[in-house]
Amino acid sequence: MSSPQPRIGVLRFPGACDDRDALWALGALDAEAVFVWHTETKLPDLDAVVLPGGFSYGDYLRCGAIARFAPAMAAVSEFASDGGLVLGICNGFQILCEAGLLPGVLRRNESLSFVCRDVRLVVERADTPFTTRCTEGNRLTIPVKHGEGCWYADDALYQELVSRGQVVLRYAEPVNGSRNDVAGVVNDKGNVMGLMPHPEHAVDPLLGSADGALILSSLVESARERALAAV
Amino acid sequence: MLVRPKQGILDPQGQAVESSLRQLGFSVGDARVGRVVDLEVDSADAAAARAEVERMCEQLLANPLIESYEIELMDDEG
Repeated sequence: MSSPQPRIGVLRFPGACDDRDALWALGALDAEAVFVWHTETKLPDLDAVVLPGGFSYGDYLRCGAIARFAPAMAAVSEFASDGGLVLGICNGFQILCEAGLLPGVLRRNESLSFVCRDVRLVVERADTPFTTRCTEGNRLTIPVKHGEGCWYADDALYQELVSRGQVVLRYAEPVNGSRNDVAGVVNDKGNVMGLMPHPEHAVDPLLGSADGALILSSLVESARERALAAV
Repeated sequence: MLVRPKQGILDPQGQAVESSLRQLGFSVGDARVGRVVDLEVDSADAAAARAEVERMCEQLLANPLIESYEIELMDDEG
């Protein structure tokens, strides 16, 4: 039985640099991936949205602080509040935090150095739409490349997120000073996720790891289910 | 506006500045690095200007999770 390809939009902001990798990876994982320009006030008909990595608006002021006011972001907020799947990678994660769609904030790495290497991650939750292909406790190897990936939430917020199971990925090693090594979180409804590592850079063994495909194919599969449910 | 890391928030940039100053022989402690935003607003009076700038800080110029801000108004008639 052939199932339809889900349609996934990849937002393009000025200063993005991983948008083409994200588009390619989603296509390779059997999604129909389309670019959405940041000035669009309406999203096309989509089953999921990906906010790719990069340095939108030059990271001026704070990472993601300017991009969150892009016209397309209002449409993404609406899409998310209607239950649509949204995945933010690196700068996309920073934008979602600044937009208030995800809890916490990404700050300058504790070391003040840019980190660019493969890191090991532990999957804490395998029951989100973004991790269905993983199992709890899975160790993934996925690269990071960021100067501002130190996720921060105060004690009260962090405890709240842990008790609600919103921490999805943790680093298995010190990477950037993130609170309790948090690498990825979901919102309370579970339909918006952000992570600092780049799954789109790890979808083929030739690139050193194909573990990123577990995350992205989970998203593609979840988007496909939603597309089928909507028919 | 003076925007800076909230008290109790680790400021690695401030720490790096502090250790550099110490290396230069200055006896300093608790250095914190913030940012200054200068801008002009056209308001009826100081209270209105302050209220408007506060909204700017809350919505864009500071992230209330990690940053605090102070506003200083300077009158520039004309």
